[in-house]
Amino acid sequence: MKIGGLILVVILGSVLIYGSLEFPPWGDPASPASSHVSPYYIEKSVEDTSVPNLVTAVLADYRGYDTMFETIVIFTAGIACIFLLRIFRKEETETRLYRHIPTGITLRIEKSGKFPEKSAAFERIDSVWVPHDLIVKTTCRLIVPFIQIFALYVIAHGHHSPGGGFQGGVILGAAMILYAVAFNLRSATRRMGERLTVLLCTLGVFIYAGTGVLCMLLGLNYLDYSALAGVLGVDPVTARSHGILIVEIGVGIAVMAVMVTLYYNLASAGKHDEGL
Amino acid sequence: MEVLLDVLISRVNYWVYIVLMMIGLYGIIAKKNLVKKIIGMNILQTAVILFFISIGAKKNATIPIIEHGHDAAHTAVTATHYINPLPHVLMLTAIVVAVATLGVALTLVIKVHQQYHTLEENEILERIREA
Repeated sequence: MKIGGLILVVILGSVLIYGSLEFPPWGDPASPASSHVSPYYIEKSVEDTSVPNLVTAVLADYRGYDTMFETIVIFTAGIACIFLLRIFRKEETETRLYRHIPTGITLRIEKSGKFPEKSAAFERIDSVWVPHDLIVKTTCRLIVPFIQIFALYVIAHGHHSPGGGFQGGVILGAAMILYAVAFNLRSATRRMGERLTVLLCTLGVFIYAGTGVLCMLLGLNYLDYSALAGVLGVDPVTARSHGILIVEIGVGIAVMAVMVTLYYNLASAGKHDEGL
Repeated sequence: MEVLLDVLISRVNYWVYIVLMMIGLYGIIAKKNLVKKIIGMNILQTAVILFFISIGAKKNATIPIIEHGHDAAHTAVTATHYINPLPHVLMLTAIVVAVATLGVALTLVIKVHQQYHTLEENEILERIREA
Protein backbone atom coordinates (compact mmCIF):
# COMPACT_ATOMS: atom_id res chain seq x y z
CA MET A 1 0.00 0.00 0.00
CA LYS A 2 2.71 2.45 1.03
CA ILE A 3 5.07 1.54 -1.83
CA GLY A 4 2.23 1.47 -4.33
CA GLY A 5 1.01 4.87 -3.16
CA LEU A 6 4.50 6.31 -3.36
CA ILE A 7 5.00 5.06 -6.92
CA LEU A 8 1.59 6.40 -7.96
CA VAL A 9 2.27 9.78 -6.39
CA VAL A 10 5.71 10.07 -7.98
CA ILE A 11 4.32 9.18 -11.42
CA LEU A 12 1.45 11.66 -11.10
CA GLY A 13 3.81 14.34 -9.80
CA SER A 14 6.20 13.94 -12.72
CA VAL A 15 3.30 14.06 -15.20
CA LEU A 16 2.09 17.28 -13.58
CA ILE A 17 5.60 18.80 -13.59
CA TYR A 18 5.93 17.87 -17.27
CA GLY A 19 2.58 19.54 -17.87
CA SER A 20 3.64 22.63 -15.97
CA LEU A 21 6.27 23.35 -18.65
CA GLU A 22 3.39 24.43 -20.88
CA PHE A 23 2.06 26.86 -18.27
CA PRO A 24 2.51 30.60 -18.66
CA PRO A 25 5.51 31.89 -16.68
CA TRP A 26 4.94 33.37 -13.25
CA GLY A 27 3.45 36.87 -13.24
CA ASP A 28 2.74 36.98 -16.98
CA PRO A 29 0.13 39.74 -17.55
CA ALA A 30 -0.96 38.09 -20.82
CA SER A 31 -1.64 34.66 -19.32
CA PRO A 32 -4.99 33.06 -20.25
CA ALA A 33 -6.34 33.47 -16.70
CA SER A 34 -5.79 37.24 -16.83
CA SER A 35 -6.92 37.94 -20.37
CA HIS A 36 -10.60 37.09 -20.84
CA VAL A 37 -13.10 38.29 -18.29
CA SER A 38 -10.73 39.64 -15.65
CA PRO A 39 -9.72 42.88 -17.51
CA TYR A 40 -13.41 43.75 -17.72
CA TYR A 41 -13.79 43.33 -13.96
CA ILE A 42 -10.73 45.49 -13.28
CA GLU A 43 -11.62 48.29 -15.67
CA LYS A 44 -15.39 48.53 -15.30
CA SER A 45 -15.97 47.62 -11.68
CA VAL A 46 -15.79 51.15 -10.24
CA GLU A 47 -17.96 52.45 -13.08
CA ASP A 48 -20.57 49.70 -12.61
CA THR A 49 -20.71 49.29 -8.85
CA SER A 50 -18.61 52.13 -7.32
CA VAL A 51 -16.76 49.54 -5.22
CA PRO A 52 -12.98 50.04 -5.29
CA ASN A 53 -12.20 46.62 -3.82
CA LEU A 54 -12.46 44.48 -6.94
CA VAL A 55 -12.56 41.23 -5.00
CA THR A 56 -15.71 42.34 -3.17
CA ALA A 57 -17.31 43.62 -6.37
CA VAL A 58 -16.68 40.37 -8.24
CA LEU A 59 -17.60 38.23 -5.23
CA ALA A 60 -21.00 39.71 -4.43
CA ASP A 61 -22.07 41.33 -7.67
CA TYR A 62 -20.65 39.82 -10.86
CA ARG A 63 -20.44 36.33 -9.40
CA GLY A 64 -23.30 36.66 -6.94
CA TYR A 65 -24.79 33.26 -7.76
CA ASP A 66 -21.49 31.52 -7.05
CA THR A 67 -21.18 33.19 -3.66
CA MET A 68 -24.81 32.49 -2.78
CA PHE A 69 -24.39 28.79 -3.39
CA GLU A 70 -21.08 28.78 -1.51
CA THR A 71 -22.99 30.24 1.42
CA ILE A 72 -25.58 27.50 1.03
CA VAL A 73 -22.78 24.90 1.03
CA ILE A 74 -21.54 26.29 4.36
CA PHE A 75 -25.09 26.33 5.72
CA THR A 76 -25.59 22.72 4.62
CA ALA A 77 -22.33 21.72 6.34
CA GLY A 78 -23.54 23.23 9.61
CA ILE A 79 -26.93 21.52 9.34
CA ALA A 80 -25.30 18.19 8.43
CA CYS A 81 -23.09 18.46 11.50
CA ILE A 82 -26.15 18.93 13.71
CA PHE A 83 -28.04 16.04 12.08
CA LEU A 84 -25.12 13.65 12.40
CA LEU A 85 -23.93 14.42 15.90
CA ARG A 86 -26.56 16.11 18.02
CA ILE A 87 -27.91 13.96 20.85
CA PHE A 88 -31.08 15.42 22.31
CA ARG A 89 -31.63 12.79 25.00
CA LYS A 90 -30.37 14.11 28.29
CA GLU A 91 -29.19 11.71 30.95
CA GLU A 92 -30.27 13.15 34.26
CA THR A 93 -27.85 12.39 37.05
CA GLU A 94 -29.00 11.41 40.54
CA THR A 95 -27.92 14.59 42.26
CA ARG A 96 -26.45 17.83 40.98
CA LEU A 97 -23.94 19.96 42.81
CA TYR A 98 -23.88 23.72 42.61
CA ARG A 99 -21.29 25.91 44.24
CA HIS A 100 -21.94 29.49 45.24
CA ILE A 101 -18.87 31.24 43.86
CA PRO A 102 -18.48 34.14 46.35
CA THR A 103 -18.85 32.03 49.51
CA GLY A 104 -17.79 28.58 48.34
CA ILE A 105 -20.88 26.90 49.83
CA THR A 106 -21.92 23.85 47.80
CA LEU A 107 -25.58 22.96 47.36
CA ARG A 108 -26.78 19.45 46.59
CA ILE A 109 -29.92 19.29 44.48
CA GLU A 110 -31.91 16.04 44.43
CA LYS A 111 -33.05 14.44 41.21
CA SER A 112 -36.38 16.19 40.84
CA GLY A 113 -35.23 19.36 42.57
CA LYS A 114 -35.50 22.66 40.72
CA PHE A 115 -32.62 25.07 40.53
CA PRO A 116 -32.16 28.24 38.44
CA GLU A 117 -29.56 27.07 35.91
CA LYS A 118 -28.86 30.54 34.60
CA SER A 119 -27.73 32.14 37.83
CA ALA A 120 -24.27 33.66 37.43
CA ALA A 121 -23.41 33.39 41.13
CA PHE A 122 -23.56 29.59 41.04
CA GLU A 123 -21.54 27.15 39.01
CA ARG A 124 -22.29 23.53 38.41
CA ILE A 125 -19.75 21.06 39.72
CA ASP A 126 -19.57 17.85 37.68
CA SER A 127 -17.09 15.78 35.72
CA VAL A 128 -16.56 18.56 33.18
CA TRP A 129 -15.96 21.25 35.75
CA VAL A 130 -12.58 22.95 35.48
CA PRO A 131 -10.98 25.14 38.13
CA HIS A 132 -10.95 28.87 37.63
CA ASP A 133 -8.11 30.25 35.60
CA LEU A 134 -8.10 33.93 36.39
CA ILE A 135 -5.52 35.09 33.85
CA VAL A 136 -6.94 33.21 30.87
CA LYS A 137 -10.54 34.12 31.65
CA THR A 138 -9.82 37.80 32.30
CA THR A 139 -7.70 38.13 29.17
CA CYS A 140 -10.41 36.54 27.04
CA ARG A 141 -13.11 38.68 28.61
CA LEU A 142 -11.08 41.78 27.74
CA ILE A 143 -10.09 40.72 24.25
CA VAL A 144 -13.35 39.26 22.92
CA PRO A 145 -15.17 42.62 22.46
CA PHE A 146 -12.23 44.00 20.50
CA ILE A 147 -12.16 40.94 18.26
CA GLN A 148 -15.87 41.39 17.62
CA ILE A 149 -15.46 45.10 16.82
CA PHE A 150 -12.66 44.25 14.43
CA ALA A 151 -14.87 41.63 12.78
CA LEU A 152 -17.64 44.19 12.27
CA TYR A 153 -15.06 46.58 10.81
CA VAL A 154 -13.85 43.89 8.41
CA ILE A 155 -17.43 43.21 7.25
CA ALA A 156 -18.42 46.88 6.94
CA HIS A 157 -15.18 48.02 5.34
CA GLY A 158 -15.04 45.28 2.72
CA HIS A 159 -15.78 47.81 -0.02
CA HIS A 160 -12.63 49.86 0.46
CA SER A 161 -10.05 47.52 1.96
CA PRO A 162 -9.42 43.78 2.10
CA GLY A 163 -12.33 42.21 3.93
CA GLY A 164 -15.92 41.17 3.54
CA GLY A 165 -18.53 38.81 4.83
CA PHE A 166 -16.52 35.60 4.81
CA GLN A 167 -13.49 37.00 6.62
CA GLY A 168 -15.49 39.05 9.11
CA GLY A 169 -17.83 36.13 9.80
CA VAL A 170 -14.91 33.84 10.55
CA ILE A 171 -13.40 36.41 12.94
CA LEU A 172 -16.76 36.81 14.72
CA GLY A 173 -17.06 33.03 15.02
CA ALA A 174 -13.49 32.83 16.32
CA ALA A 175 -14.33 35.34 19.07
CA MET A 176 -17.21 33.14 20.22
CA ILE A 177 -15.07 30.01 20.03
CA LEU A 178 -12.35 31.75 22.07
CA TYR A 179 -14.94 32.50 24.71
CA ALA A 180 -16.05 28.87 24.71
CA VAL A 181 -12.47 27.61 24.99
CA ALA A 182 -11.50 30.00 27.79
CA PHE A 183 -14.63 29.47 29.88
CA ASN A 184 -16.52 26.31 29.04
CA LEU A 185 -19.14 25.17 26.61
CA ARG A 186 -21.93 25.58 29.13
CA SER A 187 -21.30 29.29 29.67
CA ALA A 188 -20.84 29.78 25.92
CA THR A 189 -24.19 28.18 25.11
CA ARG A 190 -25.74 30.34 27.81
CA ARG A 191 -24.51 33.42 25.92
CA MET A 192 -25.36 32.13 22.49
CA GLY A 193 -27.72 29.20 22.51
CA GLU A 194 -28.10 26.49 19.93
CA ARG A 195 -31.48 27.80 18.88
CA LEU A 196 -30.00 31.24 18.22
CA THR A 197 -27.05 29.91 16.19
CA VAL A 198 -29.29 27.82 13.95
CA LEU A 199 -31.63 30.78 13.55
CA LEU A 200 -28.71 33.06 12.59
CA CYS A 201 -27.45 30.43 10.13
CA THR A 202 -30.79 30.44 8.38
CA LEU A 203 -31.14 34.21 8.65
CA GLY A 204 -27.83 34.78 6.86
CA VAL A 205 -28.79 32.62 3.90
CA PHE A 206 -32.27 34.16 3.94
CA ILE A 207 -30.85 37.72 3.75
CA TYR A 208 -28.78 36.75 0.74
CA ALA A 209 -31.49 34.86 -1.12
CA GLY A 210 -34.15 37.38 -0.04
CA THR A 211 -32.18 40.27 -1.54
CA GLY A 212 -32.16 38.38 -4.82
CA VAL A 213 -35.90 37.77 -4.65
CA LEU A 214 -36.51 41.44 -3.81
CA CYS A 215 -34.56 42.46 -6.92
CA MET A 216 -36.76 40.13 -8.95
CA LEU A 217 -39.95 41.54 -7.44
CA LEU A 218 -38.76 45.03 -8.33
CA GLY A 219 -38.57 44.02 -11.97
CA LEU A 220 -34.94 43.14 -12.68
CA ASN A 221 -32.93 39.93 -12.68
CA TYR A 222 -32.20 37.84 -9.58
CA LEU A 223 -29.39 39.50 -7.56
CA ASP A 224 -29.27 42.57 -9.85
CA TYR A 225 -28.94 45.09 -7.03
CA SER A 226 -29.59 48.15 -9.20
CA ALA A 227 -33.28 47.24 -8.81
CA LEU A 228 -32.98 48.39 -5.19
CA ALA A 229 -32.32 51.99 -6.28
CA GLY A 230 -35.93 52.99 -5.69
CA VAL A 231 -36.13 51.34 -2.27
CA LEU A 232 -32.84 52.76 -1.01
CA GLY A 233 -33.36 56.16 -2.64
CA VAL A 234 -30.04 56.28 -4.48
CA ASP A 235 -28.89 55.98 -8.07
CA PRO A 236 -28.52 52.47 -9.56
CA VAL A 237 -24.70 52.40 -9.31
CA THR A 238 -24.72 53.24 -5.58
CA ALA A 239 -27.58 50.79 -5.12
CA ARG A 240 -25.30 48.02 -6.38
CA SER A 241 -22.71 49.05 -3.81
CA HIS A 242 -25.32 48.99 -1.02
CA GLY A 243 -26.72 45.68 -2.28
CA ILE A 244 -23.23 44.19 -1.97
CA LEU A 245 -23.07 45.37 1.64
CA ILE A 246 -26.44 43.77 2.42
CA VAL A 247 -25.46 40.37 1.08
CA GLU A 248 -22.04 40.59 2.75
CA ILE A 249 -23.81 41.08 6.08
CA GLY A 250 -25.91 37.99 5.32
CA VAL A 251 -22.79 35.99 4.47
CA GLY A 252 -21.07 37.19 7.66
CA ILE A 253 -23.98 36.13 9.87
CA ALA A 254 -24.23 32.72 8.21
CA VAL A 255 -20.49 32.02 8.38
CA MET A 256 -20.29 33.09 12.04
CA ALA A 257 -23.22 30.92 13.03
CA VAL A 258 -21.88 27.88 11.17
CA MET A 259 -18.43 28.20 12.77
CA VAL A 260 -20.00 28.35 16.22
CA THR A 261 -22.35 25.44 15.45
CA LEU A 262 -19.47 23.30 14.19
CA TYR A 263 -17.46 24.06 17.32
CA TYR A 264 -20.31 23.33 19.73
CA ASN A 265 -21.07 19.99 18.12
CA LEU A 266 -17.50 18.85 17.52
CA ALA A 267 -16.18 19.84 20.93
CA SER A 268 -18.88 17.98 22.83
CA ALA A 269 -19.61 15.18 20.32
CA GLY A 270 -23.17 16.50 20.05
CA LYS A 271 -23.99 16.47 23.76
CA HIS A 272 -23.51 20.23 24.29
CA ASP A 273 -22.55 19.82 27.93
CA GLU A 274 -18.78 19.88 27.92
CA GLY A 275 -16.17 21.63 25.91
CA LEU A 276 -12.47 21.28 25.52
CA MET B 1 22.13 26.25 -18.84
CA GLU B 2 20.69 29.76 -19.19
CA VAL B 3 17.49 28.36 -20.71
CA LEU B 4 17.21 25.73 -18.03
CA LEU B 5 17.56 28.34 -15.31
CA ASP B 6 14.89 30.47 -16.98
CA VAL B 7 12.46 27.56 -17.03
CA LEU B 8 13.26 26.76 -13.40
CA ILE B 9 12.73 30.30 -12.18
CA SER B 10 9.49 30.88 -14.07
CA ARG B 11 7.91 27.54 -13.08
CA VAL B 12 9.25 26.87 -9.59
CA ASN B 13 6.02 28.07 -7.94
CA TYR B 14 3.97 25.43 -9.79
CA TRP B 15 6.47 22.76 -8.80
CA VAL B 16 6.22 23.67 -5.15
CA TYR B 17 2.43 23.33 -5.34
CA ILE B 18 2.72 20.04 -7.18
CA VAL B 19 5.06 18.70 -4.49
CA LEU B 20 2.68 19.92 -1.79
CA MET B 21 -0.30 18.38 -3.58
CA MET B 22 1.51 15.05 -3.92
CA ILE B 23 2.36 15.08 -0.19
CA GLY B 24 -1.34 15.51 0.52
CA LEU B 25 -2.35 12.81 -1.95
CA TYR B 26 0.22 10.42 -0.50
CA GLY B 27 -1.22 11.09 2.94
CA ILE B 28 -4.71 10.25 1.73
CA ILE B 29 -3.55 7.04 0.04
CA ALA B 30 -0.99 5.64 2.46
CA LYS B 31 -2.00 6.69 5.95
CA LYS B 32 -4.32 4.32 7.79
CA ASN B 33 -5.54 6.75 10.42
CA LEU B 34 -8.64 8.67 9.34
CA VAL B 35 -7.55 11.93 10.98
CA LYS B 36 -4.23 11.73 9.12
CA LYS B 37 -6.18 11.21 5.90
CA ILE B 38 -8.13 14.39 6.65
CA ILE B 39 -4.87 16.27 7.26
CA GLY B 40 -3.65 15.00 3.89
CA MET B 41 -6.85 16.22 2.27
CA ASN B 42 -6.30 19.66 3.79
CA ILE B 43 -2.71 19.83 2.53
CA LEU B 44 -4.03 18.97 -0.94
CA GLN B 45 -6.64 21.72 -0.68
CA THR B 46 -3.99 24.22 0.40
CA ALA B 47 -1.89 23.31 -2.63
CA VAL B 48 -4.83 23.95 -4.96
CA ILE B 49 -5.60 27.27 -3.25
CA LEU B 50 -1.96 28.41 -3.56
CA PHE B 51 -1.95 27.34 -7.21
CA PHE B 52 -5.00 29.48 -7.99
CA ILE B 53 -3.59 32.47 -6.11
CA SER B 54 -0.31 32.25 -8.02
CA ILE B 55 -2.24 32.21 -11.32
CA GLY B 56 -3.62 35.63 -10.43
CA ALA B 57 -0.21 37.26 -9.99
CA LYS B 58 1.05 39.82 -12.50
CA LYS B 59 4.47 41.43 -12.69
CA ASN B 60 4.59 45.11 -11.66
CA ALA B 61 0.96 45.04 -10.54
CA THR B 62 -0.56 45.88 -7.18
CA ILE B 63 -3.43 44.45 -5.11
CA PRO B 64 -6.86 44.61 -6.77
CA ILE B 65 -8.16 47.66 -4.92
CA ILE B 66 -8.57 50.69 -7.17
CA GLU B 67 -6.87 53.82 -5.89
CA HIS B 68 -9.51 56.45 -5.37
CA GLY B 69 -9.98 59.83 -3.78
CA HIS B 70 -13.08 61.72 -2.81
CA ASP B 71 -12.61 64.57 -5.26
CA ALA B 72 -10.80 62.86 -8.10
CA ALA B 73 -12.92 61.96 -11.09
CA HIS B 74 -12.75 58.41 -12.37
CA THR B 75 -9.33 58.01 -13.86
CA ALA B 76 -8.79 55.41 -16.52
CA VAL B 77 -7.94 52.04 -14.97
CA THR B 78 -5.66 49.71 -16.90
CA ALA B 79 -5.93 46.01 -16.29
CA THR B 80 -2.16 45.46 -16.24
CA HIS B 81 -1.72 47.65 -13.15
CA TYR B 82 -3.83 45.43 -10.91
CA ILE B 83 -3.51 41.72 -10.28
CA ASN B 84 -6.29 39.42 -11.40
CA PRO B 85 -9.08 39.46 -8.76
CA LEU B 86 -10.89 36.39 -10.08
CA PRO B 87 -8.72 33.63 -8.52
CA HIS B 88 -8.81 35.54 -5.23
CA VAL B 89 -12.61 35.54 -5.27
CA LEU B 90 -12.78 31.84 -6.04
CA MET B 91 -10.27 30.91 -3.36
CA LEU B 92 -11.81 33.22 -0.76
CA THR B 93 -14.97 31.17 -0.84
CA ALA B 94 -13.02 27.92 -1.25
CA ILE B 95 -11.12 28.53 2.01
CA VAL B 96 -14.31 28.96 4.03
CA VAL B 97 -15.93 25.99 2.30
CA ALA B 98 -12.79 23.97 3.10
CA VAL B 99 -13.29 24.79 6.79
CA ALA B 100 -16.95 23.77 6.59
CA THR B 101 -16.13 20.48 4.84
CA LEU B 102 -13.39 19.88 7.42
CA GLY B 103 -16.08 20.25 10.08
CA VAL B 104 -18.27 17.66 8.35
CA ALA B 105 -15.29 15.31 7.93
CA LEU B 106 -14.47 15.56 11.63
CA THR B 107 -18.15 14.96 12.43
CA LEU B 108 -18.04 11.73 10.45
CA VAL B 109 -14.80 10.74 12.19
CA ILE B 110 -16.42 11.27 15.58
CA LYS B 111 -19.36 9.11 14.46
CA VAL B 112 -17.00 6.36 13.25
CA HIS B 113 -15.15 6.47 16.56
CA GLN B 114 -18.40 6.19 18.50
CA GLN B 115 -19.35 3.14 16.45
CA TYR B 116 -16.04 1.24 16.25
CA HIS B 117 -13.90 2.80 19.03
CA THR B 118 -10.96 3.17 16.69
CA LEU B 119 -9.83 5.37 13.82
CA GLU B 120 -7.42 2.93 12.18
CA GLU B 121 -8.77 1.89 8.81
CA ASN B 122 -7.73 -1.79 9.00
CA GLU B 123 -9.18 -2.20 12.49
CA ILE B 124 -12.47 -0.65 11.38
CA LEU B 125 -12.63 -3.04 8.41
CA GLU B 126 -11.91 -5.97 10.74
CA ARG B 127 -14.74 -4.94 13.04
CA ILE B 128 -17.14 -4.55 10.13
CA ARG B 129 -16.29 -8.10 8.98
CA GLU B 130 -16.75 -9.48 12.49
CA ALA B 131 -20.20 -7.94 12.84
